[in-house]
Amino acid sequence: MYLLRLALASLSNRRFTALLTVFAIGLSVCLLLAVERVRTEARASFASTISGTDLIVGARSGSVNLLLYSVFRIGNATNNIRWDSFETLANHPQVDWAIPLSLGDSHKGYRVLGTNGDYFEHYHYGRGLSLELAEGKPFQDLFDVVLGAEVAQALGYHLGDHIVLAHGVSTVSLQQHDDKPFVVTGILERTGTPVDRTLHISLEGMEALHVDWKNGVPARGAGKVSAEQAREMHLQPTAITAVMLGLKSKIATFALQRQINEYRGEPLLAVLPGVALQELWSLMSTAEKALLVVSVFVVLVGLIGMLTAILASLNERRREMAILRSVGARPWHVAGLLVMEAFALATAGVGLGLGLLYVGIAVSRGFLQANYGLDLPLALPSAYEWSLLGGILGTAILMGSVPAWRAYRQSLADGMSVRL
Amino acid sequence: MTVSLIKLTALGFAWPGQPELLNIPTFTLDRGERLFLKGPSGSGKTTLLGLLGGVQTVKRGNVHLLGTDLAKLSASKRDRFRVDHTGYIFQQFNLLPFLSVEENVQLPCRFSKERAHRAEARHGSVVEASRHLLAQLGLAPDLGTRRADSLSIGQQQRVAAARALIGSPELVIADEPTSALDADAREGFLKLLFAECSASGAGLLFVSHDQSLAPLFDRTLSLSELNRAARPLEN
Repeated sequence: MYLLRLALASLSNRRFTALLTVFAIGLSVCLLLAVERVRTEARASFASTISGTDLIVGARSGSVNLLLYSVFRIGNATNNIRWDSFETLANHPQVDWAIPLSLGDSHKGYRVLGTNGDYFEHYHYGRGLSLELAEGKPFQDLFDVVLGAEVAQALGYHLGDHIVLAHGVSTVSLQQHDDKPFVVTGILERTGTPVDRTLHISLEGMEALHVDWKNGVPARGAGKVSAEQAREMHLQPTAITAVMLGLKSKIATFALQRQINEYRGEPLLAVLPGVALQELWSLMSTAEKALLVVSVFVVLVGLIGMLTAILASLNERRREMAILRSVGARPWHVAGLLVMEAFALATAGVGLGLGLLYVGIAVSRGFLQANYGLDLPLALPSAYEWSLLGGILGTAILMGSVPAWRAYRQSLADGMSVRL
Repeated sequence: MTVSLIKLTALGFAWPGQPELLNIPTFTLDRGERLFLKGPSGSGKTTLLGLLGGVQTVKRGNVHLLGTDLAKLSASKRDRFRVDHTGYIFQQFNLLPFLSVEENVQLPCRFSKERAHRAEARHGSVVEASRHLLAQLGLAPDLGTRRADSLSIGQQQRVAAARALIGSPELVIADEPTSALDADAREGFLKLLFAECSASGAGLLFVSHDQSLAPLFDRTLSLSELNRAARPLEN
C-alpha cells in the first residue's frame, strides 16, 4: 500500500492541522462513546433495581410516583397505608411474603427506611441477587440501624457508631431525633441500587422516633418520651408508606392487582415493578435519546472539521498532485490518496477517542460509582459501539470522497504542470 | 527501419473556446537524440508537453510515442504508457518535500512496474538504482535519507534528474530545468544529465528559452518555427 505511505507522509508534513483534526474527532468520538456507555449502563442498572417483587402497593397516586418513592427513594408519598390494610394484604391467601416500608426520615441527605427482617430476606435486585451484609448483622434492637454501602463509605461509619436521624428528608434538617440515637449494627454489600443510599431501621424503631410527636412537631417538657421509656411501650405502627408483595403464584399477579386497586378499606394502588420501571424509563428515554443525538452531531461536526481541513489544503497541494501525476500516478491514485487521508485521520481520531474513553472511565469510575451508583465497565466496545465506530469511519470515507472528487477533477485539468 | 521516439504528424490542438494554439505539420525525435526546443513562454510549450505525456489529447493529427498512437490508448493506459517510457524534470519544486531524497527518486518505480523491473535488472534493486543515480549525479550518499526540501535548489534539480532517469525510460522531457540555476551550475547539470542519458540510452527533449545552452545539443529547434498556428499577441 504505497498510497497509504504517501498519504501518511503528506499528513505528517501538515502535522499541526492533522493533529488538531484528529484531536477534534477523538474528543467527539469519546463523547459519543461515553454517552452511549452511560446510557446503556444507566438503563441496565435501572432495570435491575428491583427483582423478585411481584407487586408494590401504596396509597393511590401514579404508578411512577409510587415506584419513585418506594424503590428509588425519590419524592414523597401522597398518603400512607393503614396498618390494618397491610395486615389484610399480608394475610391474603395468594401472598407469599409482604415487606412493609415506612419512609419519611433521613440522615445527612440519605433516606431512612423503616421495615422488618423480611426485607433482607426477600428484597432482590439484578438477576435475583439478595442483599448481603458486608459486616455486622441485621437490626435486632429497637435502636439498631443497618447502613447501605454508600452511606457507610461516604460518611465513614463503622459498626458500633452512634448516629442521629433527622425528621423529614431535606439535607439540612431543623428537627433532629437527637434524643434517640441509633447504633450501626450492620453494613450491606454494595448493590448499585438505591439500597446503597439507604439507612434501614425496624418499623418499631421508626415508631419510637415519633411516639411523642403530635401534629408534626416533637413534644416538649413533660410530654417527651425518652429512649428508655420508649423501649417499654407498645410500638405498633399505625401506618406505613408502601408494601412490597411476593406472590405464591405469578399467575395471580393481575387478579390480585385488580383486587387491591378495588380494595374498599382505603384507596390503594398496586403496580407491577417491571411495568412501572418501563414507564419511568420511557419518560427518561427522551432525554437519553436527545443526548445521543447531540453527541452524534458533535461527531459530525468533528468530521466536517476534517473535511474543511482537507479541502482547504487542496489548493496548496496542487503541486503535490501534479508531481505525483508526472511520476505516473493516475487520477484515481490522487483521489485514493485523499480518501485514505480522511480514513487515516478518522481512524486516528477513533483510536484517540477510545483511548480517552478508557482513561476517562478508569479515572472517574470510583467517583461515578460513589456518587451516581453508575458502574461503568472497562470492557471492550460492545457490538453496538463497534457499529457506531464503523459508521464514523464509513462517514469519514464518504466525506473524504468530496475532496477526492475535487482533486480528481483538478488533477485531470492540471495534468503535470501547475501554474501558480 | 527504427521507430522514432516521438513522431508528430499534422497535429492540431486548441483549448475549448479558444483559437488553435498548436499546428505542427511534422516533428520527430529519434532514440537517444538530444534536442533543444526553444520556446518562449506562451508559445504552447506546456500544452505540447501535455500532449506528449498524454494528459491532453490532440484534436487533429497523431502523436506517436515509440510507435504507439497515444490517442488509441485509454486514459489510464496513456498514464501507464507515459510513466513506463518517459521521465520528467520540471522547472523547480518538483520533489515531494515530505519524502526523503531517495524515496523521491524511487517514485516512478512505485507507479510503473516496467521501470521497477528495469531498475532491478540494471542495479539489483530499486533502492540500489536510486543510490547509484544520486551518486552519478554528484550527490553525497548521506543526502539520500534527508528530506527533499532540505536540499539546495541545485541539488533538488539533480534529484529530479535522477528520478526522471530511474528505470531507464526511453525519453526524458526536461521543461526549463535550469532556469533556477546559475550559469556555472547549468552547464554542470547538463553535463551530468547528458552523461546519464547516454548511459541509459534515453532521448532528451529539452525545452528552454535560454538560447545559450543550445550549442551543447545534437539539434536545435524553435517551437515558434515549428508551430504554424496563428499566435495571439503576447501579453
